[in-house]
Formats: sequence, C-alpha cells, structure tokens
Amino acid sequence: MLRHKYLELNVSVKQTIEEKLTAKFSPTMLEVIDQSHKHRGHVGSKPEGETHFHVNMNAQAFEGESRVARQRLVYDCLKEDLEGPVHALSLKLGTEE
Amino acid sequence: MSEENINDKITEIINKDDVVLFMKGTPVFPQCGFSSTVVDVLSHVGAPFQSYNILEDEALREGIKTFSNWPTIPQLYVKGEFVGGCDIIREMYSEGELSDLLKDKGIATEA
Repeated sequence: MLRHKYLELNVSVKQTIEEKLTAKFSPTMLEVIDQSHKHRGHVGSKPEGETHFHVNMNAQAFEGESRVARQRLVYDCLKEDLEGPVHALSLKLGTEE
Repeated sequence: MSEENINDKITEIINKDDVVLFMKGTPVFPQCGFSSTVVDVLSHVGAPFQSYNILEDEALREGIKTFSNWPTIPQLYVKGEFVGGCDIIREMYSEGELSDLLKDKGIATEA
C-alpha cells in the first residue's frame, strides 16, 4: 500500500528519507545511500531497488544521546518507511560538524 | 500467544543466558548479512552466546520488536539489557567498547 503512495507522488524513497531527516534533525551532514544493488536477490529486495539504505548523518540533536537513543530517534522519524518499502536501514550517527 | 505471554517469555530468555542474540537464521547459517556480522563480532571477542532464530517463531519476531522498542533484527542483549543492533555492535567492537562492556558485566571471553 505504502509503495503505491511513493509511486503516485513520483518521489523516490531516498528523497523521502532525506526530506524527513532534514526536517526533523537539521543535520550538519547527511548522506542517504541506496545499497539495494548489494542485496539483489536477498529476502526483501525488489528489482527496482530502494529497499536497502545506509544513512550517514551528523546532527546537534544527537549530542548527549546514547547510540541506542540516537537510532531510536531516527527509526521513529522513518517509522512509516520502515513499515513500508524500506527493508533494511543501517545507520552511522554522529554529532561532529 | 498474547502480548503479555510473549513479553514474559522474552524476559525469561534474556535473563537465562548472559549474552543473547535474536537473529535471522542460526550462527552456522545466518539468513541475513546484519545477523551474520553480529555473529562474527561475538566470535571475534570470544563471547559465548545463546541465539534465537526469529524466522522460526513469528510471535517472537514481532514480540521482540515491541519489547525492545527497536524495529530491526538482529538485537543483542547482555545480562538482560538491550545493547543494540548490527550498527551499534559493529561500532562498539571497532572502538573496543564491546569487550569493555562484557568485562564490566563480568562475562568471561575466550579472546
């Protein structure tokens, strides 16, 4: 169902992730990398890709937060996407400028 | 299985062994790269662990996500406490923090 929403809006999953993270965390550095090609043929992968992502992000919002707390903030922000098209999401979250 | 029952079961599981890994597949045949990474890390630090294959238990698969407030698998518990998933375990390992944590918790490692 969620997959349809993305197709209708003609917005890529990557772009959606970038927009949501930017709005929520105002990151000083953000990279969203589609790694789906590395998981071709694995459970949860789709021929069109956009299922496996890596996010590398630095934000002041993570200052003083544990690793677990940082990731929970991101998972929460992308809850809809994780329940939808995103099968796997690996995270590298820091605070440096 | 009701939510209450699965929570009781998970509480029992994470307190029965010092190091518990909820994963996809088994240590010998991991069914996912992230689970495989955590198995490798635990083997490197020489920590004995008990694993549970969530692919064989749908109630556990959904239950552990709610229990830990963590939407992904694998998940590692040490002495009944949630430590993290693949990214966190890998980071802690590369910074030497995983061995420190195990030592602090009084868990003997073979490495």
